[in-house]
Amino acid sequence: MVVANNRAEHIILSQKKMGQDAIDKKGWLLAHKWLLLRRLSQLSIIFLFLLGPMFDVWLIKGNMTSSLILDTIPLSDPYVFLQSVFTGHYPELTALTGAIIVGLFYFIVGGRVYCSWVCPINIVTDAADWLRRFLKIKKSLTPSSLNFSRENRYTLLVVSFLLASVTGMLVWELVNPVTMIQREIVFGMGLSWVFIVSIFILDAFISRRAWCGHLCPMGAFYSVLGKFSLIKVNAINRASCNDCMDCYALCPEPQVIKPALKGAGSPLISSANCTNCGRCIDVCAKDVFVISHRFINFKP
Amino acid sequence: MNNTTDKTSQSRRRFLEKISRAAGGVVMSGMVPGIMLGLYSQQSKSLPADAIRPPGVTNEADFLSACVRCGLCVRDCPYDTLKLSPLGDRVAQGIAPGTPYFNARDIPCEMCEDIPCVKACPTGALDPQLKDIDDAKMGLAVLIDQEACIAFQGLRCEVCYNVCPVRDKAISIEYSHNKRTSKHALFIPIVHSSDCTGCGKCEHACILDEAAIKVLPINLAKGELGKHYRLGWKEKQKAGKSLVTPDIEHQYNLPEGTHYDHEGEGLIQPKKTTPFEKGALDRLNEGRL
Repeated sequence: MVVANNRAEHIILSQKKMGQDAIDKKGWLLAHKWLLLRRLSQLSIIFLFLLGPMFDVWLIKGNMTSSLILDTIPLSDPYVFLQSVFTGHYPELTALTGAIIVGLFYFIVGGRVYCSWVCPINIVTDAADWLRRFLKIKKSLTPSSLNFSRENRYTLLVVSFLLASVTGMLVWELVNPVTMIQREIVFGMGLSWVFIVSIFILDAFISRRAWCGHLCPMGAFYSVLGKFSLIKVNAINRASCNDCMDCYALCPEPQVIKPALKGAGSPLISSANCTNCGRCIDVCAKDVFVISHRFINFKP
Repeated sequence: MNNTTDKTSQSRRRFLEKISRAAGGVVMSGMVPGIMLGLYSQQSKSLPADAIRPPGVTNEADFLSACVRCGLCVRDCPYDTLKLSPLGDRVAQGIAPGTPYFNARDIPCEMCEDIPCVKACPTGALDPQLKDIDDAKMGLAVLIDQEACIAFQGLRCEVCYNVCPVRDKAISIEYSHNKRTSKHALFIPIVHSSDCTGCGKCEHACILDEAAIKVLPINLAKGELGKHYRLGWKEKQKAGKSLVTPDIEHQYNLPEGTHYDHEGEGLIQPKKTTPFEKGALDRLNEGRL
């Protein structure tokens, strides 16, 4: 299925600009509505964290691994929190409360909403994907012996927990580019930009969506967390799909679309890998997709 | 028949291929980075000498199992002492990236009584059991260069002693003989590990261009006597009596009438009797002037 999608992508890539139909029909702004909202969300979260150190306005303190809103509400990243639990550390109530609050939020809105609406690395990998399309790079340079599949991230997720329990340290946090870049933006830049540049090169020139789609264990964790989330993208008007393939070409996880768009069952995109980014909604000239919830009634 | 066997063997081959590919995938995507990361993590397990952890950290391994690198301790430090180490930190080389530390020579810990950094920690990486800042063990001050310390040159300084927040307990001044002048004393600062919190005010205040007294992580600064060692006098004190051979009072072969006091008076001469009246000569005979 993935192979088929890739082939379809290649056909599309060689023809016209993706999403042009949608831009022609809805106008540029509406054809980028969700993308712009996501960028706004990602940047304003970073900005909120910077308000304190830059302007001495402490709405939120700390960084995305653990923070405190208005000196009262604790937030903790459940993935980092779980790593620390796997080391054998008995957590304090504050971190536990924070992890439950954040965990519940993503459990409801969709785990990978973290990836597409919050994570700063997403801006980097989206830019890399844009460059890839702009330069019309179609080849993947990953050797086939590597078996570079989208399941690798789950292996890494398990490995990150195993390493924590074997070494008694938060080992993944030594290299986790997601928490690292965010931390260094807020607390002072070190060498984390090396990771960012590496991820950009990897995604742009070596393999499409290599980091977020194949490797990142944090994304894998949020996939698992949001498996049964309430908010889902829905291919509600799938009858009017004209097979332009733009959604496949721009979706960071294109394999999630087909069962909903072309399957006979529910039009909900039920895969946990869907990031709820809404890009498919943007680029569809036929308004096939909407954001809805998982309990929606539908008539096949 | 032949056809079915063919099909089964084909599907078996495909199955085996799939399994081996999956196994290969797990090896490549799991084990290789796993081993690399595991080795890398061992490198970050000990603290570099120029980085001191905030209060409430007694064991680096325990700390690294709990700290999520959120920086809330850094934010609540009123003196901007603490910082989060960026990746590739030039000050604290080899420190686990993103973890909080301070460099005592730059800004030492002011030992706030309410310990806001420990209060801010959401995970317990900074031990909330620490209620009295005087019990903190961030590191241990060591007078590391006796050649440069001017107290050892016979000059009066005692700055480290005077800035010490637990003065006279963590640092005391011991007098010793000045061989150069044979007249004056050396005022030597001595650190006592039982009371030193590792705040680093001594290192910060040291008047030399490069501090002669430095705060080091405890595992670097502290020696440890072999577990089997017993110090005789301490064991004796604990037991209330000698545990080896019974104490025998030392016997001196002294002239008759002369005694020796073991408690400190020393040699006790017998009172000299003289047939003459007390006079100048007697006084001389008694050794007095």
